[in-house]
Amino acid sequence: MLDAKIPEGKLDDKWTDYKGHCKLVNPANKRKLEIIVVGTGLAGASAAASLGELGYKVKAFCFQDSPRRAHSIAAQGGINAAKNYQNDGDSVFRLFYDTIKGGDYRSREGNVRRLAEVSVSIIDQCVAQGVPFAREYGGLLSNRSFGGTQVQRTFYAAGQTGQQLLIGAYQALERQVALGNVKMYSRHEMLDVVVIDKKARGIICRNLITGELERFFGHAVLLCTGGYGNVFYLSTNAMGCNVTAAWKAHKKGAYFGNPCFTQIHPTCIPVSGDYQSKLTLMSESLRNDGRIWVPKKQGDNRSPNEIPEEERDYYLERRYPAFGNLVPRDVASRAAKERCDAGYGVGSSKQAVYLDYAAAIERYGKIESNKHNIKNSSPEEIKRMGDEVVKEKYGNLFDMYEKITGENPYMVPMRIYPAVHYTMGGLWVDYELQTTIPGLYALGECNFSDHGANRLGASALMQGLADGYFVIPYTIGNYLADEIRTKDILTTHSAFEEAEKNVAERLQTLMNIKGTETVESLHKRLGKIMWDKCGMARNTDGLKQAIEEIRALKKEFWSNVKIPGSIDEFNPELDKAGRVADFIELGELMCIDALERNESCGGHFREEYQTEDGEALRDDNNFMYVSAWKYTSEAQWELNKEVLQYDVVHPSQRSYK
Amino acid sequence: MEHYNMNLTLKVWRQRNSKEKGKFETYKVENISSEMSFLEMFDVLNERLILEGKEPIAFDHDCREGICGSCAMYINGKPHGPWKANTVCQLHMRAFKDSDTIVVEPWRAKAFPVIKDLVVDRSAFDRIIQSGGFVSVNTGNAVDANAVAVEKENADKAFAAAACIGCGACVAACKNSSAMLFLSAKVSHLALLPQGNPERKTRVVAMLNQMDKEGFGACTFTNACEATCPKEISVMNIARLNQEYFVASFTADK
Repeated sequence: MLDAKIPEGKLDDKWTDYKGHCKLVNPANKRKLEIIVVGTGLAGASAAASLGELGYKVKAFCFQDSPRRAHSIAAQGGINAAKNYQNDGDSVFRLFYDTIKGGDYRSREGNVRRLAEVSVSIIDQCVAQGVPFAREYGGLLSNRSFGGTQVQRTFYAAGQTGQQLLIGAYQALERQVALGNVKMYSRHEMLDVVVIDKKARGIICRNLITGELERFFGHAVLLCTGGYGNVFYLSTNAMGCNVTAAWKAHKKGAYFGNPCFTQIHPTCIPVSGDYQSKLTLMSESLRNDGRIWVPKKQGDNRSPNEIPEEERDYYLERRYPAFGNLVPRDVASRAAKERCDAGYGVGSSKQAVYLDYAAAIERYGKIESNKHNIKNSSPEEIKRMGDEVVKEKYGNLFDMYEKITGENPYMVPMRIYPAVHYTMGGLWVDYELQTTIPGLYALGECNFSDHGANRLGASALMQGLADGYFVIPYTIGNYLADEIRTKDILTTHSAFEEAEKNVAERLQTLMNIKGTETVESLHKRLGKIMWDKCGMARNTDGLKQAIEEIRALKKEFWSNVKIPGSIDEFNPELDKAGRVADFIELGELMCIDALERNESCGGHFREEYQTEDGEALRDDNNFMYVSAWKYTSEAQWELNKEVLQYDVVHPSQRSYK
Repeated sequence: MEHYNMNLTLKVWRQRNSKEKGKFETYKVENISSEMSFLEMFDVLNERLILEGKEPIAFDHDCREGICGSCAMYINGKPHGPWKANTVCQLHMRAFKDSDTIVVEPWRAKAFPVIKDLVVDRSAFDRIIQSGGFVSVNTGNAVDANAVAVEKENADKAFAAAACIGCGACVAACKNSSAMLFLSAKVSHLALLPQGNPERKTRVVAMLNQMDKEGFGACTFTNACEATCPKEISVMNIARLNQEYFVASFTADK
């Protein structure tokens, strides 16, 4: 049985009670304990910095050239916190409730309650570090709305919130590097976890510059390696984002939780051609002010500005009057797909809908005009003033849109379409963020924990930083307190030797294939299978086919992949090959998981299970559990279930109408 | 947007590793769509090179949305290419026309040694941050986020400086390979906020010392850095840094 180790007691008191009773490690002993942190995004950098500050000996690893480049940097819209600075009825309970509901009742109450509770400390910490959040004229912090909520609790720094939060964590990390508490290894990729006597004791890394394999010991290992959206090839993830570290841990015994729970983000720039390497997000914050629509007439080829108001279908406002354009992501994405599939899509591909700022520009222009006491402003003046306001709020996003598409979004509505963005699934962890391998932890997007079947906007940054700054510093002590007598294990130990040998052999096998297909083309094919059959909508037949196709693709990969260069040098194609090989295996598990879950919930939409008006239809009697998959042997998994128990929230059909 | 295809000649710097000498190689690429990004054009070329049994061109890239700061190359002599306020990954091929010749090189600066082809080592920037680019506040120390009001104008200026992506284009654009714009962006970001105030004097001195140690050159106010910065970081930050340094050196207790 899986034990999530959720503390007993009232929901509101669980975390306080846990902190009051968990074991502690005294400062002298902390100095003797080594912790490995893999990945330096929000979760990894905040964890490494905080643990360094506590006095642990930390080693941090990233595959990029600097920890500041981790993909958290690209998060745009904001970070949620239950501060209630706007006096609009927010509270820790509301944030907790919105997150559970937004996740379609597939997350743990205990974890989410803790997340909502520490959210307030995150904002305090970030401001103290010098994170330049947006402010009002009075000098206090500004907030905006995000999807799935009716309060304004999102803190932001223009469209670069992730960047500013990451730079804050990065600077804290570099400070610990300077103090000697953290040793940083950039351009290093983790290729295996070393397990000794059933506990995680180290990692094997490849130095990406020299190609050498290196061994590192730690009393505990933290994986903060992000999500696996790139299994779809095209996603909003960075090119380097991968599942490899998590997958190696999975194959060493860490269960994988809810792999099929992926988030398709409704507002991304549509695909423009076959050569496309990635998709770009247009922040959800744009749905605050922008209105989404398609023409009322099928196949309408007029330019958007020629379509009069009464011939436009603002379908989100029509279908969901209570939340309008701010419904959660899964709902908004499916609604866009529904319109496009029904023949109302726009643009040359017809796989797009409009995100229109004309009304917001006019509204802001009028407010500015009043503010400056200008009577009878002309429409042009109002437009100019409105443009200015929109530029201040979303300027970098509008610029990015123009660079990519060549169209000016101040003049013409943006075209958007859903794209893969985030993965709620990940390594299964208990309340302490520990995986099923003792001493191995997973933080941030890498774990499966807090977002259920759908993550709300501006909650990923919150969770990454909650895990790193405020959860792991407590929970890891509870484990390490029993490790103070464990002497450093030499990396000449046979377990290290064997792990390194396996890694080396796999690299050699890859290089020896010398086939005819590039890594990129195989990855692209995997992505197409996943998007078509395990994407926004899934069904039994499609998933069964996908599993067969992925197995065939796996054979092809291992017999026909072509990798240039050699092992003992800087070789990005070899790095990518290893990652794609892991994605292929993961893809199969995702389809198996999606097939097993005979219900729809959040981002997991099985076409067989929907309400009359096309909403996700959950089956709480049979599927109110976390699927935690154990890897048993080559392409074989065993399902373990962690039953979800709701003591405070009463799951109901999610409604945003 | 009018779409067109083009044939191009690329002259790309190839260098096996930091020890061997590099040289330009010429490649022809055909049927490149004007809607592609510059790096996608490189992807197409690299796929072809791999299939021909040749070494693909190594270049740093990650987010491909202009924010991670990984991508870094001169295109026709300009860091990040011809567009203003832009990174290479956001440069699209409509910036070029049929039969153009495009010259691509890695950053050239003593403090940024070449690792391979277009990939350089920018760890000097990390060490500059280590020397003082932070606020010394441990996790858990903080007071309520709204306990200290920050004048909006200063908060906005701090944000504008903090928008730096650490790509190194300022160094690449500078004839002295000075890192002054990078440095001043960080000094300004933190000096403009009350949270950064207690360490103002030590920070600026430590960071400048580290910059010298890393082998970056001195600033001679040509403003080439500002002109090339993808995030339009202003040279006013350099003026602020100098002021900070002046105050720090004349009021320091020796």
